[in-house]
Amino acid sequence: MKRNIFAIGLRDGIPIALGYLAVSFSFGIAAVAAGLTPIEAILISMTNLTSAGQFAGIGIITSGGSYFELALSQFIINLRYSLMGISLSQKLDTSFSPPKRAVLGHALTDEIFAVSVSRTKPVTPIYFFGLALLPYIGWSLGTGAGAFFGELLSASLRDALSVAIYGMFIAIIIPEVKKNKNTAGIVFLAIAISCVLYYVPVFDFISGGFATIICAVIASAIGALLFPVTEDNTNAR
Amino acid sequence: MNFYIYLAIMFIVTYLIRVLPLLLINKQIENKFIRSFLAYIPYTVLGAMTFPAIFHAVGENTICGVVAAVAGVVLALCKRGLCTVAAGSAIAAYLTMIIL
Repeated sequence: MKRNIFAIGLRDGIPIALGYLAVSFSFGIAAVAAGLTPIEAILISMTNLTSAGQFAGIGIITSGGSYFELALSQFIINLRYSLMGISLSQKLDTSFSPPKRAVLGHALTDEIFAVSVSRTKPVTPIYFFGLALLPYIGWSLGTGAGAFFGELLSASLRDALSVAIYGMFIAIIIPEVKKNKNTAGIVFLAIAISCVLYYVPVFDFISGGFATIICAVIASAIGALLFPVTEDNTNAR
Repeated sequence: MNFYIYLAIMFIVTYLIRVLPLLLINKQIENKFIRSFLAYIPYTVLGAMTFPAIFHAVGENTICGVVAAVAGVVLALCKRGLCTVAAGSAIAAYLTMIIL
């Protein structure tokens, strides 16, 4: 039974791992191009496991930015994980003890969050471990491959690989949007705000990670006011 | 400026952001507004992260990004899995780059 749930987790993690291979490959290339060694790039990936934060981080590190600037950038860009952690805490099984939360919580990424939170059953430690394992390996291996061999790939192929992760996000959003028209409206609202922040020059000072927080908080709050989720709905999620 | 201090800062900040909420909240939240808010969070976060960023993910070429997004949405509407949709978007972007 336990092994079964672990296997289900592994299987659910395969598409994430493939997406990560592609994205971390481009991170490895970027890190070496910016002046880090391949080993340094791999160490960053193994300890951080986050795309936007790492890309911002190598920019600050290689330009000799201050420690404070680095800490602040990571805080703002990655703060969304706190929001996700609060949301995920509601789905965790009672067997998820504090030590397990402290270890496995390190693997809380956008994609692992999205897949685990949309699971209909409570999220057990063994499921979460299975889900996170291959993406973690993929993220680390992909970084190394990009850092060591990135130049062998054509620029257009590298660019094309970078949209894979967004394709995966779309695959998670669409079924929910199709199922529930309230969710559809709220997601479109979040996207509309995101477009305003992106295209209107006045908002240029807002970083990508922070823009995500603003969009998600405003749209979700309006959703919670206009269309409160009933118990049945919550259980179905 | 030492690389390993940079590395430690990135790790500690990101790790605490992730793990503190998981450690501090271990009860079911009863408040209906907060429950609903948290139920919408995954989809609003992913929506805001994907759009309009995907349009501009492929170098300078917005058309490739738009084609990739359309391909992804169509495949997802046809109930394809995560892998297929992700690969489909990337292939669509690549083919568009070659054609243009």
